Amino acid sequence: MALTGLQIYKLLPKTNCKECGFPTCLAFAMKLAQKGTELDKCPYVDDEAKTALDAASAPPIKLVAIGAGERAFEIGNEIVLFRHEKTFYHQPGLVVRVKSDDPQLAEVAARVASYEVERVGMKLRLDGLAVEHAGGDAAAYAAAVAATRAAAPGLPLVLMSGDAAALDAALSGGAAADRPLVHAAAAANWQAMADVAKKHGCPLAIRAEAGDLAGLVDLSENVRGAGIEDLVLDPGTAGLAGDLVAFTQLRRLALKKGARALGFPLFADAGAPTWQAELARATQAIAKYAGVIIIDHLEPAAVYALLTLRQNVYTDPQKPIQVEPKLYEVGSAGPDSPVLITTNFSLTYFSVSGEVEGAGVPAWLLVADSDGQSVLTAWAAGKFDAEKIAKTVKDSGIESRIDHKKLVLPGHVAGLSGEVEEELPGWQIMVGPRDAVDIPNYLKNVWGA
Amino acid sequence: MTAVEIPVEKWSGAVREVTLGSSYGGGTRTSTVTVGGETSLPFLGFEGALPHRPALAVEVVDMKPADWSPELVATWGDDLSDPANWAARAVEEGADLIALKLRSCHPDFGDRSATEARATVDRVLAAVGVPLIVYGPGTADKDNEVLVAVAEATKGEQLALGLCEEKNYRTIVAAALGNGHLVIAQTPIDVNLAKQLNILISDMRLPLERVLMDPNTGALGYGLEYTYSVMERLRLAALMGDAMTQQPMICTIGEESWRQKEGRAATDVPEAWGELAERGVAWEVTTAMTLLESGADILVLRHPGSVGVLREALDDLTKGA
Repeated sequence: MALTGLQIYKLLPKTNCKECGFPTCLAFAMKLAQKGTELDKCPYVDDEAKTALDAASAPPIKLVAIGAGERAFEIGNEIVLFRHEKTFYHQPGLVVRVKSDDPQLAEVAARVASYEVERVGMKLRLDGLAVEHAGGDAAAYAAAVAATRAAAPGLPLVLMSGDAAALDAALSGGAAADRPLVHAAAAANWQAMADVAKKHGCPLAIRAEAGDLAGLVDLSENVRGAGIEDLVLDPGTAGLAGDLVAFTQLRRLALKKGARALGFPLFADAGAPTWQAELARATQAIAKYAGVIIIDHLEPAAVYALLTLRQNVYTDPQKPIQVEPKLYEVGSAGPDSPVLITTNFSLTYFSVSGEVEGAGVPAWLLVADSDGQSVLTAWAAGKFDAEKIAKTVKDSGIESRIDHKKLVLPGHVAGLSGEVEEELPGWQIMVGPRDAVDIPNYLKNVWGA
Repeated sequence: MTAVEIPVEKWSGAVREVTLGSSYGGGTRTSTVTVGGETSLPFLGFEGALPHRPALAVEVVDMKPADWSPELVATWGDDLSDPANWAARAVEEGADLIALKLRSCHPDFGDRSATEARATVDRVLAAVGVPLIVYGPGTADKDNEVLVAVAEATKGEQLALGLCEEKNYRTIVAAALGNGHLVIAQTPIDVNLAKQLNILISDMRLPLERVLMDPNTGALGYGLEYTYSVMERLRLAALMGDAMTQQPMICTIGEESWRQKEGRAATDVPEAWGELAERGVAWEVTTAMTLLESGADILVLRHPGSVGVLREALDDLTKGA
């Protein structure tokens, strides 16, 4: 929980020595509360005050990095329960689990590493591979992890074993360099697991039985006492409802109660016998608070859906994704194809381009720069007026690519057609539908008629 | 052992209970569907009541859809040509209710008359015992004409009539009011517009126990996050006691997900998209699950496979509630 300036002031020497660069201790405290300076600037602050201030300034959910290098991912540091309150910051890692004795382990690892899909101009990828210790001794597990690393170099890993010796063998065999997440320390083995994670400098997952949040707190205290700072919490699995309750309670405890022991990202095992059931579980995990999500099926359709959902849910509600304002060609548009204009709010763009594409009528889509606002919002804000529309048309070079001079306006700005006609002499201004969904019908029945 | 004090939200409001279908007073349904009544956020049974599980509706169209995904066409086969057979099959596949769309009454798709629409509704009512949602063709004039005729001919069935929007709510609400039906109030992804329409409807004296709220669904990848957040805000407002946000929410999942390229394109797509059969269901299930988490009470679906997956998920989500 963040401290106020006055609370901080009480912890300072109150000597007004000015060595921190501020005229008084109070001014320094106020600046600290706004996170505008560092406590280190005060040479006389005592350890007790330091500890209290450090604890108070730490984020309620710690940021934890998993993996090393280009594909490493960070989770945690979330500050709200609902994305509309601010935004969700660090999207959960989507990790595919394979068993260490799976003969296709290397092949799966390579497929996970290379899976990539593009959406709204962004490349979406899976985040890692979980190697679950299934049969075999420590050496066999270490060999499986080595084979995985060889097949998918640089891909973040989750090492899942209850056997500290097997984990030590795998990490000593080189995996430590990849900074994998070690899963999991439980009541029976936490000391050995904490020792291994500490020895190799890896983040550690702690796991309690489903419903036992107190057990999770105890584990957290224990492994943090043993020197582990980067934790991930696995509250066990108890079906969709049980998991939702646990994840909600953990998020609330961290954010609203400042529960230090529970202020870490959450681990969701979404694995299920069918990819469909797994998809439902992973969907809930993305919507509700997971930091790492384990899936067992590498079904591309489901993975594509999950990566898309993650992108959706983790989009900042205050900063909608924009597309580049320019002339887009939908299908193989030619000189006689229709010209439609819209705004550069990504959802607007993708709705319109999707409908034009669905209509099967090649077209030119002119996207005006509306600062990422939708047609109606941009119109109301003066960012999509006749002048802007005319300028967009002129600057786009569309005139040299078509043999007609017809421009289709969004139905929502039908009222602008007269003004646009004045701004664009010689053009025929047509009024399209208000909603993108009606575009196919418009293109087939009105445009051609 | 450490004791953990679980934070429990104390909500003062509740979602209204709304019942579709009736078996008396003119109603001929053999089952009814009641949704709403929640006094907690979705599926958090530890802090409130969740008296009714969300219901699954399957969309049935009164004419063979010319523009539906090949995957849906393959799955439903000949049933697509006959709304009565289609509805009966949908119930076998697990539908709790049927959402019948009178598309053939649209001026561009056959322009069938209100009389013909009534006959279609009668046939579907005869084919299934579950409650019905009836959607007009989607143009204001024809919606009014068709829905009024259907409402009068089915007095007492407690149908849900859609869509009831700002531009036509008077006619639809009057038709529901006089004939014992419900309305589906749709507004474009906005908390205040949703509230405002509920106020207008209640000003006409239609009891709010007969109003479902459709916040307008954006499919996965096509605005889902907007619907998700608006529904969370509406549900939070409802639980905090804002009376004009306390309607159960209905989401047209199937229509939105299967309309997108991901639900339709079988070829010429990236390999990473997977096959259409899996992709279409994945899109529908993911959209549906996300909106269940944000408060959906009725999901209108298109694919029987999705119905099965979501039925299982709901079994799991409502266990012990």
